[in-house]
Amino acid sequence: MLFATPFIAFALTLLAGVVLFWLLGKNPAKALMTIFVTPLTSIRGLAELTVKATPLILIATGLAIGFRAGIWNIGAEGQFTIGALTGGSVALWAYPGGGVWLLPLMMSAGALGGIAWAAIPAFLRTRFNTNEILTSLMLVYVAILLLGLLVQGPLRDPQSFNFPESRLFQPAALLPGLIAGTRAHIGFLIAIVVTVLAHILVTRHMLGFVTRVYGDAPHAAAFAGIPERHVVWLCFAISGGLAGLAGVFEAAGPVGQLVPQLPSGYGFSAIIVAFLGRLQPLGILAAGLLLGLTSIGGETAQITMGLPSATTSVFQGLLLFFLLATDVLVTHRIRIGRSMETA
Amino acid sequence: MINRRRILSAAALAAGVAIGVAAGLAGAVAQTKPTKVGFVYVGPIGDHGWSYQHHQGLLAVKKEFGDKVETTFVENVPEGPDAERVIDQLAAAGHDLIITTSFGFMNPTVKVAAKYPKIKFEHISGFKQAENVATANIRYYEGRYVAGILAAKASKGGTIGYIGSFPIPEVVMGMNAAFLGAKSVNPNIKMKIIWVSTWFDPGKEADAAKALADQGADIIMQHTDSPAPVKFAEERKLFAIGQASDMKAFGPNAILTSIVNNWNGYYIGRVKAAMDGSWKSGDVWGGFNSGMLDLPSYGPGVAADAKALADAAKAKITSGELHPFTGPLKKQDGSEFLKAGEKIADKDLAGMNFYVEGIDGVLPK
Amino acid sequence: MPFDLIAGILTGLLVAATPLILAALGELVVEKSGVLNLGVEGMMVIGAFAGFAAKVSTGSYLIGFLAAILSAALMGLLFGLLTQVLLSNQVATGLALTLFGLGLSALFGAGYTGQTAGAFPRFDSFGLPGRFFAGVDALMLLVLLLAIGVHLFLERTRGGLILRAVGENHDAAHAIGYPVVRVRLLALAFGGGMAGLGGAYLSLVQTPFWVERMTAGRGWIALALVVFAAWRPFRVLAGAFLFGGISILQLHSQGFGLKIDAQILSMLPYLATIGVLVLISRSGSGLTLKAPQSLGKVFTGSS
Repeated sequence: MLFATPFIAFALTLLAGVVLFWLLGKNPAKALMTIFVTPLTSIRGLAELTVKATPLILIATGLAIGFRAGIWNIGAEGQFTIGALTGGSVALWAYPGGGVWLLPLMMSAGALGGIAWAAIPAFLRTRFNTNEILTSLMLVYVAILLLGLLVQGPLRDPQSFNFPESRLFQPAALLPGLIAGTRAHIGFLIAIVVTVLAHILVTRHMLGFVTRVYGDAPHAAAFAGIPERHVVWLCFAISGGLAGLAGVFEAAGPVGQLVPQLPSGYGFSAIIVAFLGRLQPLGILAAGLLLGLTSIGGETAQITMGLPSATTSVFQGLLLFFLLATDVLVTHRIRIGRSMETA
Repeated sequence: MINRRRILSAAALAAGVAIGVAAGLAGAVAQTKPTKVGFVYVGPIGDHGWSYQHHQGLLAVKKEFGDKVETTFVENVPEGPDAERVIDQLAAAGHDLIITTSFGFMNPTVKVAAKYPKIKFEHISGFKQAENVATANIRYYEGRYVAGILAAKASKGGTIGYIGSFPIPEVVMGMNAAFLGAKSVNPNIKMKIIWVSTWFDPGKEADAAKALADQGADIIMQHTDSPAPVKFAEERKLFAIGQASDMKAFGPNAILTSIVNNWNGYYIGRVKAAMDGSWKSGDVWGGFNSGMLDLPSYGPGVAADAKALADAAKAKITSGELHPFTGPLKKQDGSEFLKAGEKIADKDLAGMNFYVEGIDGVLPK
Repeated sequence: MPFDLIAGILTGLLVAATPLILAALGELVVEKSGVLNLGVEGMMVIGAFAGFAAKVSTGSYLIGFLAAILSAALMGLLFGLLTQVLLSNQVATGLALTLFGLGLSALFGAGYTGQTAGAFPRFDSFGLPGRFFAGVDALMLLVLLLAIGVHLFLERTRGGLILRAVGENHDAAHAIGYPVVRVRLLALAFGGGMAGLGGAYLSLVQTPFWVERMTAGRGWIALALVVFAAWRPFRVLAGAFLFGGISILQLHSQGFGLKIDAQILSMLPYLATIGVLVLISRSGSGLTLKAPQSLGKVFTGSS
C-alpha cells in the first residue's frame, strides 16, 4: 500500500487540477495533456526535461540522506548558488583559455563551494546546538546577495555596459551536450550515476543504516556509539556538495554565465522532490523527472494556452499536499475522537 | 497488353496530375498560412508601462493583419536561464518572427537565433545583431529632455528625484538628458538618483519615491515600469513624469506628462517585411521624428509658459535643429566630453556610463 | 528641513516594519505552542491577494482586511490539519503551503495586476498637525497594541499559560489534560490570520498594487525575526525595524550620495539572526532565552 500512495496522490492532484482549470475557464483535458504529455512527444521536450530534472535529482538525493536522519538542510538553494559562484569563478579566472582540465576543476570547485557553505550550519549545530533549519535558511539569502554583489562588481563582464552579468563562458568551460541542437548536457548522466551510487550507499552501506537509525531513534543511535557530530557533518557535506555541483552544472550548462537570477528555486523544489521520492534515491529520480515535467509542461501551457506561469507551483504544492495526506492515512490509523483525552 | 499500357499511362497521368494539384494546393496553402509572431515580455502586460506598450503593438499588428497573422505572447519572463527556454519554445513552435522586449534577453535571443537561422528575431533595447537578429530602440532621452524642462518649471524646491533601474547606458543617458533639459530652464536645478535594481517592483519603487520625496524632491521621474511612483506623487501632492505609457489615470493631478513609447508602427512594418520577404537585419533607433516616441498630453500642473517651452523643444528636436547632447558639456568629474556646438555621436551615446556635471551621487559601476 | 527628513525616514521604517511585525507576532504564538510553520510566506501572499481582491471588488478596506485574515487563517488550519491531526512532516508541509500559496495567489491574481486599490487613509488626512503623522496609518498603531496584547496573553492569562505549557512539553501537557491539538489549531489560525493581515498591508497600504510574489520573502524574514527576538513580542518590534529598515536606509543613503553596497547592507539582518541563534542555543550559560522545547516535534497523543 505504501508504494501505491504516490500514485493515489498523483491521481488526486490531477483531479484537483481539473477543478482548477475549470475554475479558470480553460479546457482541463487540453491543459493536462499539454502539461504532462506534450513535453514527452518531442526530442526537444525530452531534452529540456533532463535539463530541469538534473539539478532537482542531484540536490534531492543529497538532501534525502540527511532528512532520513532528521537533519534538515533547508539551505540547498544557498549551497547551489555558492557552488555556481565558485565553479563559475574558476571558469572566469581561466578566461578565455581552458583545456580538458577546466571542467573537472570547475566541478570540484562547485562541489567544494557547496560543502563549505553547508559546513556553516553543520558547525553551528554540532558546536552550539543551533537549529539548522533556520541557519541554513538564513544563509540562502546571504548567498543570493553575495552572488548579486560579485556579479555586479568584480565578476561583471566589462563589455556588458554595466548590466549585472558575467562574461559568457568560453567553450572549454561549458558542459558537453548530449543531444545536438538541444540543451541536454552530461549533467543528467552524472545525476543518474549519483542516483545509483546513492542507492547502493543507502541500501548496502553503513551510511544508510546509520542515518535511518539516527532518524528513527536518535537515543538508540547515541547508545550504539554513533557520534551525532559525524552524522551531521557527513549529511551536510553530501547534500552541500551535491547542491554545489548542481549549481555549477546550471551555470556551465544551460545558462553559460553567472547572472544574479541564477538561483531559480531548485534548492526548495528539491525538498519537495525528496519527499515525493519518499527519501529513496530511485524514487527521487522518478520524482525529479515528474516535477521537471510539470515545469516544462507548465511553460508550454503558458505559451499555447495562455495559462499563467503560476499553475506549475500550484500543481507541485497540491502534489506534495496529497502525498503527505495519503501517506499519513496509510501509515496511521486515525481514531475518530481521541480516546486518550482525559476528561 | 495495350490495355495494361493504357491503364498504366493513364495511372501515371493521373498521378502526375494529382501531384501537380497537390503541389499547387500546398503552394497556395503556404501562401495563405498565417505568419506567426511571438512576443516575449519581461513584465506583466498589466504593468501599465513598458510591457503594456509592447502589447499594444501586438494588438495593433493583430488589427492590421487580421487573419494573415497569428500572435502569441508570454509575459513575466525573467531575464535569466528561463528566458532562453521560452524563446526556444516559441522558435520550435514554428513562429516566423519573435520579438524579445528587454535588454536582459539579449544573449538568450542571440543563442536561439543561431539555432534557427530561418526564423527572424527582433531584440528591443540591445546591441547585438546577427543576420536574423535585428535590434530596435527608442530615443527616450529626447522625451526625457523635454520632460526635464517641464520638471524644472514645476519644481518649487529645485530638486528632481529620479528612480533608476539598472545603470545601463540607456538609463544613464535618460537621466543625463532630463538633467540637461531641466538645467536649460533652471541652471541651479538639482537631481537625486536612487537605483532599485529592478525593472518592475511597485513596492520598491514606491519606497524609493518616498525616500526621494523625504529628501526634498518634489518631482519624481522614473526609469522603472510600474505606476507606483506616480501614485505616490499623487498622494503626496507632488509632480511626476509617467514612464513608457500614459500614466495619468494613476496621478491625474500629479502627472506633468508621460513619455509614451509607441511600437505599433514599427511592429506593423516589421511584420509586413517578414511577410513579403523583405525583412533584413538592422538597428533602428527612433526618436520623436519617427513617431515611436511622444509626449501625448500635459497635465494640469503645467503652466502655459512651460508648455510653450516644451513644445518648442519638442519641435526643434523633431526637426533635428536641437540635439539634447550638444556641447559644451562636461562629465561629472569635470572632464570635457563635448566641445561647443559638437553633437554627441550615436555610439558614444550607446556606451554612456557617466553622469554629466551637476548631478549628485555616484554612478554604480 | 531635517525634521521632515527624519520624520520621513521614520515613517518609512514603520511602513516596512508593520507587515513583518504582524506576521512575526502570529508566528511567535504558533511557535510558542510548539509548532514550526514554514508556510508563513504562502499565508502572507494569500492574504495580500485576498485583501486586494476583496477591497477592489467591494470598495471596503474592512472587508478587504477581513478577507485577508480569514483566507490566511484557513491556510493555517489546513497546515494544522495536516501536521497535528494527520501528523505529516512539518517541514515538508510548511514548504508545500508556501509553494501552494505563492502559486494560487499568482494564478487568481493575474487578472488584478495593474489595478490599484486606492490611497489608504493616513493620519494627515484627519487634520492632525506635524509632518510625522503624514505617513502614519491606523495599522501601525494596531501592531503596537497587538504586541502588548500578545505579551499579556502569553504571560498573564490562563490561555497563554496553557499554550506555553503545550509548547514546552506537549506530552506532559497532554497528561495534565490540556487539549494539545486544539490549542495548536487555534494558534495556527491566529498565526495564519496575522500573516494574512501583514500581506494585505503590503497590497492595500504600502503600494497599493497587486503583483504576484509581492511578499518577496518577507514571510521568511518574519520567521527569522521570531528567532532573532528570542520569542519575545517586544523584541519583535525592535527586530522588525532592523530587518525592515535596512532596505529603506539603503535607499536613503543613495539619495545622500553615500556609496554603500546594497547587498552587504541587506545581508546584515540575516547574519545578525544567525548570531542571535548561536547565542541563544548555547543554553546553560545562564541565558533565559530558550526556544519552546517542543518546537517541531511531533505530538502523537498516545500514552
